[in-house]
Amino acid sequence: MAVVWTLIAMVVGSLAFHLLSPWWLAPIASNWGRIDAMLALTLLITGVFFVVLNLGLAATIWRFRHRDGHRAAYRPDNRRLERWLIVGTALGIAALLAPGLVVYADYVVAPHDALVMEVLGQQWKWSYRFPGADGRFGLVDARFVSPTNPYGIDQKDASGTDDLLVPGDEVHLPLNRPVKVLLRSNDVLHDFDVPPFRARMNIVPGTVTSFWFTPTQTGRYEVLCAQLCGVGHYNMRGFVVVEDAPVFERWLAARSTFAATLSAAVASVDPLVASGQALAQGKGCIACHTIDGRSGVGPTWKGLLGQTARFTDGSSALLDASAARQHIRDPRARTLQGYPSVMPKVELSDAELDALVAYIAAQK
Amino acid sequence: MAEALDHTPAHPIAPETAHAATHGFLTRYVWSQDHKVIAVQYSCIAIFTGLVGLVLSDLMRLQLGFPGVFEFINAERYYQLVTMHGMIMVIYLLTALFLGGFGNYLIPLMVGARDMAFPYLNMLSVWVFLVAVIVLMASFFVPGGPTGAGWTLYPPQVILPGTPGHDWGIVLMLVSLAIFIIATTMGGLNYVTTVLQLRCEGMTLMRMPLSVWGIFTATILALLAFPALFVSAVMLMLDKLLGSSFFMPALVSMGQARAYQGGSPLLFQHLFWFFGHPEVYIIALPAFGVVSDLISVHARKAIFGYRMMVWAILAIGVLSFVVWAHHMFISGMNLAFGFFFATTTLIIAIPTAIKVYNWLLTLWRGDIHLSVPMLFALAFISTFIIGGLTGLFLGNVSVDIPLSGTYFVVAHFHMVMAVAPILVVFGGIYHWYPKVTGRMLNDTLGQLHFWITFLGTYLIYFPMHYLGMLGMPRRYYAYAGYEFIPPSAQALNAFITVVALIVGVAQLLFVVNLVWSLFRGAPAGPNPWRAASLEWQTPQTPPVHLNWGERLPVVHRWAYAYSVPGAAQDYIAQNAPPQAGGDEPEQGTLRQERGS
Amino acid sequence: MTSLAITRPRSDLGVGLWVFIGVATTLFTLFVAAYVMRMSGSDWSTIALPWQLALSTALLMAGSVALQLGARHAARSRWAAARTGVLVAGACAAAFIASQLWAWQVLQAAQVRMAGNPAASFFYLLTAMHGLHVIGGLVAWSLTARRLDPPRDAPRAVEAVRLCARYWHFLLAVWLLLLATLTGITPAVVAFVCGSPGVAP
Repeated sequence: MAVVWTLIAMVVGSLAFHLLSPWWLAPIASNWGRIDAMLALTLLITGVFFVVLNLGLAATIWRFRHRDGHRAAYRPDNRRLERWLIVGTALGIAALLAPGLVVYADYVVAPHDALVMEVLGQQWKWSYRFPGADGRFGLVDARFVSPTNPYGIDQKDASGTDDLLVPGDEVHLPLNRPVKVLLRSNDVLHDFDVPPFRARMNIVPGTVTSFWFTPTQTGRYEVLCAQLCGVGHYNMRGFVVVEDAPVFERWLAARSTFAATLSAAVASVDPLVASGQALAQGKGCIACHTIDGRSGVGPTWKGLLGQTARFTDGSSALLDASAARQHIRDPRARTLQGYPSVMPKVELSDAELDALVAYIAAQK
Repeated sequence: MAEALDHTPAHPIAPETAHAATHGFLTRYVWSQDHKVIAVQYSCIAIFTGLVGLVLSDLMRLQLGFPGVFEFINAERYYQLVTMHGMIMVIYLLTALFLGGFGNYLIPLMVGARDMAFPYLNMLSVWVFLVAVIVLMASFFVPGGPTGAGWTLYPPQVILPGTPGHDWGIVLMLVSLAIFIIATTMGGLNYVTTVLQLRCEGMTLMRMPLSVWGIFTATILALLAFPALFVSAVMLMLDKLLGSSFFMPALVSMGQARAYQGGSPLLFQHLFWFFGHPEVYIIALPAFGVVSDLISVHARKAIFGYRMMVWAILAIGVLSFVVWAHHMFISGMNLAFGFFFATTTLIIAIPTAIKVYNWLLTLWRGDIHLSVPMLFALAFISTFIIGGLTGLFLGNVSVDIPLSGTYFVVAHFHMVMAVAPILVVFGGIYHWYPKVTGRMLNDTLGQLHFWITFLGTYLIYFPMHYLGMLGMPRRYYAYAGYEFIPPSAQALNAFITVVALIVGVAQLLFVVNLVWSLFRGAPAGPNPWRAASLEWQTPQTPPVHLNWGERLPVVHRWAYAYSVPGAAQDYIAQNAPPQAGGDEPEQGTLRQERGS
Repeated sequence: MTSLAITRPRSDLGVGLWVFIGVATTLFTLFVAAYVMRMSGSDWSTIALPWQLALSTALLMAGSVALQLGARHAARSRWAAARTGVLVAGACAAAFIASQLWAWQVLQAAQVRMAGNPAASFFYLLTAMHGLHVIGGLVAWSLTARRLDPPRDAPRAVEAVRLCARYWHFLLAVWLLLLATLTGITPAVVAFVCGSPGVAP
C-alpha cells in the first residue's frame, strides 16, 4: 500500500510546502494586483482539483486493490456521468478564463495620458530614453547606430534633439503615474522584466513592442532580461527607481539631451583613445567589459589598470598596460580570480592593440 | 465465408527456422524490414540518445546547484548543455521512442497485420534517423561547439555572435532536424497506411486499442506539424548561409552593422510553435493511449468510456493546431491574439480532463494489481494531474505574463512532458518486454527504479514551480547578486540538484534490468499479464517474422473484454471465438450475427 | 456465419501517396503563409518573373498529360503506348528541372540574388522546394519505368503508373499555386486583407 500512502503524503506535503514556502511572488509594486488575484483564483480552483483527484486516486487504489476472490466490476461506460463531467469541467474552465480575459483586456490598451519611456535592450545592457520637452521621440534606425550614437537616433529628425538619454542601467519613474514602456532592440530578442511590476514584454528587433503599468510603491527594483540573448543574458541587469513625482522631475531634468551628448562626443578625446573605443564596440569587448564599474562576464575596465590582481592559478601580478596587451593576445593563458575563462581571442593589429589598451587605461 | 484479407508478400510464409536459414545476420538484424526489429533499433538509438540528454541535464544541474564550483561549465557551455538537452529529449528521445519504437512494435501486432505497409521504407527510416542523430552529435565536435540558443533556436540571436555555436553548431542542428523530419515522414506514412489498410478481419477502427489510437493520431499530427519545423529550419539556414533576411531585421551585432533587413523574428516563432505545440501532443497522445491500456490490463477492467476516449484523443489532436501562440503571449506579437489563444488553450483542457476522469473511473471498482507497469501508470496519472493543472496558469494569458520565461514554465513542461510520458515509457516497456523478448524484467529492480524515479521527479519539479512564482527566470547561468532571490532559493536549487543526480544515476537500474533480463529474466510465456488485446495472442512469443503464422487472426470484439460477467476467465482475447462473448458496449454499423 | 468484412477499395500504395500528398500540401501551404507574412516588411520589392517559367509550366502540363495517357494505356494493357507515355513524362520532368535552373540563371545574371530582396529569396526557396519534390518523383518514376513493356507484374505496373500520374498532377497543382502566389499575391493584396487593425502578426 506504499502507493496509497505516498499519494496521500504527496498531497499533504504539497499543501504544507505551499503554506510554509518562503518562495512566492515578489511583493507587488504596481497596479496589476488583479494579475495576482487571477493567480490566486487559478491556484484555488486547480488546488481543489489537485487534492480531490489525487486523494480520489489514493482511495480508489486502496479500496480496489487486488484481493483473492475479488473481481472487477464490468462498467464500460456511463453516458450520463460523462455528460455531467464535461459540463462541470467546462464551467470550471469558463470560470477561470472569463476573469482572466477581463484583466487582459485592460492590459492590452495603455491609458492615453501615460508617461512614455523607451527601453533599449542590447547585448548585454539596458538604456532608456524619454521624449523630452516636445513630447515626441526622434526616429531611430539600426543604421544610425555608432559609438557616439548608441541609440541610433536619426540626427536629421528635429524631434530627437531634445530626447533625454539615460545610458546607464538605472532609470527613475514617478510614483502613481501610468507609464507606457516602449521596447526596442538593435540586436537580438530581449525581455524587460521587473518582477514586482508583473507587467512585461519581449523586445523584438525590427519592431517596437510595449506594455504599461503604474508604479505604486517607491523603491529600487531589479531589472532582469527574460529572453535568452546570448552568453551575457544572465548578467544583463538594471534598476528601476520609483520615487515621488517632484524628485523624479528633478532627476529627469538632469539627464543629457541627445544634442548635448553629440556635442560632448565631438569635444573630443585623444584620437587614439577614441579609436580604441570604436574597437571596443566593434570587436565586441563591451559585451563583457563595462566602463562604469559594474562587473559583467568580465571585469570592468574602470580602474582596472594599475591594480594588483590574483589569478585562478594562485599567482598575482600588477595589471599594467603590458599585462593587458599580453592578456588580449592570449586570453586563456591565465584568468582573473572570480571570472570564467571564456574570453575569446580577438584578431587585432599592433596599432589596434595600442588604441584599445589606451582606451582601457583611460577608464579611471 | 469471406477470406481474411491477407497482404502477405509474394514469397511463401516461412516458419522461423527456415527464415533464419535463408537470411543472414545482417538481413535479419541490421537491414531488417521486420517492424519488430526496426522498433528495437529505434528504441535503442532513442534510449542511448536519451541517456546522453540525461547526462547533459545533470551537468546543467551541477552548475545550478553549485554555481561556479565546476569551472569547466562556463556560460557558453551551460547554454550549449541547455539547448542540446532540450532538443535531444523532445525530438530524438520522446518522439522517436513513441512513434518509431512503440509505434513500430505495437501497431501491426495490435491491428492483426503481418508487418507495416511499406517495410522497405520502414527500414530506411530508422537508418535515416540514425544519420540524424550522428549529425546532431557531430555538433559537439565542430569549432564553436553546438548551438546554445535554447531548443527553440530563436533568431536573430541563434546565428549572431554572442550565442555559442552560431557558426557551425546551428547549421548541423538544422541539418540534423531536417534529416529527422524525413525519417519521421517515412515512418509516419507507414503507421498511418498500416492502420487504415492492414487491419485484420473484424478489427474495425473502434475495436483498436487506445495505444493504437494514440500513436495513430500522434502520427497524423507529426505528419502535419513537422513541415512547419522544416520550413523554419530551411529558412533559418538560408539566413545563416546565404544572407537572406527571412527572420533577420536590420541590426547591429557587437558593434558591427549587419547586412540583414526587414526580416521578422516573430515569423520564426509562429512557424516554430505551429510545430512546437502539436509536438507536445505527439508525445502526450501515445502516452495517453498506452497508459489507458496499462490501466485496463492491470486493473482487469475495461477502459471506462472507450468511445469518449477516442473522441478526446481526436479532439485534442485537432485543437492542438490552434493553440500554438500560448507560447508567445509576451513575445511582442499582436496582443489581440492573446484572447483567441487563451480561449482555445483552456478549451483543450476539457477533453484532457475527461481522459483523467476516465482513467480514474476505470480504476474504480477494478481489480488493481500493483505490478510495476501499474505503478508507473498510477504515477503517470498523479504527475499528469499536476502537470496539466499548472498548464491552466500559463494558458490563461494574464496569469502567464509574470510566469512566462520563469522556472514555473520549466517545472510545468517537465512535469507534463518529461516526467509523465517517461513514466508511461517505463511502464510500457515493463509491460511489453515479455512479449518482445519472452522474458520478464526483474521485479525488484523494477520496483526500486519506480520508487526512486517517481519520488525523485516529484521532489525535483514540485518545488521548482515556486522558484518560478518568485520570478526566477529560466535559462540563467547564475543568479549571484540578485537581491530579490533569497539565499534559500539557492539552497533549494542545491537540493534539487542532489535529487536530480540520484534520479539520473537510478536510470542505470533500468538499463541494467533491460540487459540482464535478456539473458536471465524469468520465462514469461505468451501472455503473462492475461491481456485481451491482439498483440498478446501471437502464436509464438517472441513473435516471429510475419507475426501470425499461416492465417491472419479474425477479431470478434474490442480489446477491453475484462471481467465480463459470466465469462470463465477475467479476460476474453480479441480473437477468441464469437461465442465467448465480451462484445463492446456499442454495436456500430457492423453487426455481428451469431450462428451461421 | 457472416464474418465481419472490412472492405478496402484503395490500395496501400495509393493511401500512402495520399498521405504524402497531405504532408507536402501542408509544407507548401506553410511556405506560402510565410511568404504572405514576410510580405508586410518594408523591403519587399516584387521581382519580374522570367519567361522560362512559362516553359516550365508547359513542361509540367505535358508531363501530366503524358502520364495520364500512359496510365490509361496501362489499364488496357497497351504496354508499348504506356511505356511511351511514362518515358515522355520523365523527359518532361527532367526538362522542367532544366528550365528551372535556366530561370535561376537568368535571374542571377540580372543580379536578383538570394540575399537582399525577400521576394527574390522566396522565389528561389519556393522553386527549389518544388524542384526537390519533382526530383523525388523522378526517383519513383525510375522504379516504375524500369520494366514496362511488358511488365513482370501487370497489376502492380498499372498501379505504379496510375500513382505516378497522380503525383505528377499534384506537382502541377502545387506549381500553379506557387505561380499564383508569386504573381497574384502582392503587397497591396496582403495589406488589403491583413491591413485592418489587429490582424498583423
